[in-house]
Amino acid sequence: MSRPAGTKDVDYAQSMAILRTRFEWVMLIAFLIFLAVVPRIFSPETVDIINVMAIWVVGAHGLNLLTGYAGQISIGHAAFIGVGAYSTAVLILQLGLNHWWALLLAPIMTGLVGMVFGLPSLRLKGFYLAMATLAAQFILTTAFLFAMPGIVGGISGLTVPFPEIGGMSFRVPENLYYLLMPTAVLMTFFAKNIARSRLGRAFVAVRDNDLAAEIMGISLFGYKLRAFFVGCLFAGVAGWMRVCYDGCVRPDIYPLMDSIWYLGVIIIGGMGSTMGAIFGAIFVRLLHEMVLVASPALGSFFPPEIAGQLGSGLGLVVFGVVVALFLIFEPRGITHTWEILKGRIRHWPFVFAPG
Amino acid sequence: MAEKDTVQLSIEDVWLSFHEVKALQGVSLEVKQGEILAVVGPNGAGKSCLLNVVNGFYRAQKGSVTFEGRDITRLSGHRIAALGIGRTFQSLQLYTGLSVLDNLMAGRHLLQKTGMVAAALYFGWSHKEEIEHRKQVEWLIDFLEIEAVRNQTVGSLSYGLRKRVDLGRALALEPRILLLDEPMAGMNRDEKEDIARFILDVHEMRGTTIVVIEHDMGLVMDIADRVTVLDWGQKIAEGSPEEIKTDPEVIKAFLGEE
Repeated sequence: MSRPAGTKDVDYAQSMAILRTRFEWVMLIAFLIFLAVVPRIFSPETVDIINVMAIWVVGAHGLNLLTGYAGQISIGHAAFIGVGAYSTAVLILQLGLNHWWALLLAPIMTGLVGMVFGLPSLRLKGFYLAMATLAAQFILTTAFLFAMPGIVGGISGLTVPFPEIGGMSFRVPENLYYLLMPTAVLMTFFAKNIARSRLGRAFVAVRDNDLAAEIMGISLFGYKLRAFFVGCLFAGVAGWMRVCYDGCVRPDIYPLMDSIWYLGVIIIGGMGSTMGAIFGAIFVRLLHEMVLVASPALGSFFPPEIAGQLGSGLGLVVFGVVVALFLIFEPRGITHTWEILKGRIRHWPFVFAPG
Repeated sequence: MAEKDTVQLSIEDVWLSFHEVKALQGVSLEVKQGEILAVVGPNGAGKSCLLNVVNGFYRAQKGSVTFEGRDITRLSGHRIAALGIGRTFQSLQLYTGLSVLDNLMAGRHLLQKTGMVAAALYFGWSHKEEIEHRKQVEWLIDFLEIEAVRNQTVGSLSYGLRKRVDLGRALALEPRILLLDEPMAGMNRDEKEDIARFILDVHEMRGTTIVVIEHDMGLVMDIADRVTVLDWGQKIAEGSPEEIKTDPEVIKAFLGEE
């Protein structure tokens, strides 16, 4: 990565660091301070939107590690998030654990379920694996609906109490924000660390050249399963966050469409980049909110019988168009644009890195 | 270093066929500790197949491969790598999305120990290990003279440089034996000489045993201690470069009969 003229890395630690200059540290701290005061600045409605973004960021990190880094495509990510949510609900309601134990255990359970559905990846690649994970989506959501209704609640799901610390309830968005945002920040930290060290390199090796990876000592079997475990671990955390946000689990709130949205998130943000998952999640949620605002306004131009369908269809149409546009014009996602922009600022007034 | 005559890798009576095509027909080969062995032969002679059998990428239908006294015929590829067998590829098989630096770091996968939890936490154990291995990789980057491109994505490099990165990735593994599949294919004289120099230097500095497949007979004669000639999946000659040069069987295989 290029640096402004005159800025040199003096040792390997600095060269490998995510934040290599004092300026970058200042920017990060300023951003974290901004995050800390978000609920004081914005209205509860906005904070609520940001809470959802935080959940999507964590989910997108999971899919990004699995699909973006390790190259194992998954169209069952929403169902895995559902597994995390249901694990949380069952641990809290049926086993009497508190939310914090659930945060520890539910992701691990999700990771193990993910590994089971990752088994076909040992034989299947690309399109065929996509079909196999699509099956996971249907099997899991059907299981939420029909399996052991006494425990997982069947069609009506389960109502889960909101988490509490010392009498402070996380029911209102402003409080919940202080639960979800730190989780998202921490998971981002973990995702970045996995991506930049031994495990992440092994994932990319499996993605870019699986035969060479095996010959170079990276067990394909082991690392494909690890990818599913790690990806679904993040999905499990996102599922736990969903329970804290929704206050319930239901079989219908982890639909196939969400799995596809998640793929869209990492395509738009930029596959194989931690920043990409964040950019993508923010972009897609903003898009969603804009559609919510725009469709009633647009609907007023149409006769009522069309306006209703417009509202439900517009989101999908806009999503499809945006993903197609990104694939054509910026297949490397928002991250790539962001890197170019950063380079321009660093090297200004030059276009390329001097020297 | 062990004395020159210890057999490090031994291939015994290996048969490999794909349906009707008989790629290897009872090939036996012994590689001695610390030597440079060249495997030559016309196209389709089964040279790459032989390396693929050693690597565990192909399974021989008959015969066995023994490395340092251990039967590796049925081991999976990554276990064979763990025993210290490094490999470069004829057609480039790099991790195209990673930088040169990360390709070499990925080559050190087996030498690193960071697990999932340590990787996620990073600071402490993982950080220390990364720096330690980075030093080794930087040494290799200096050695292969690819400093200028260390942060570039491999996908953006020229063919000659990619070949060097391929060699570097195999060296990063710190192999006890290095299998090179046409490391100089498609290169001009200067580039070939560079690669030959790297091979000889590694051989001298680390005492690594080297098996090299190569078409350029002039180069083979210069660098190899011994030469094995394959044709139609069979070994037709073996000996010092001088012996091979004058062997009538070899001349027949390469130039045809008069």
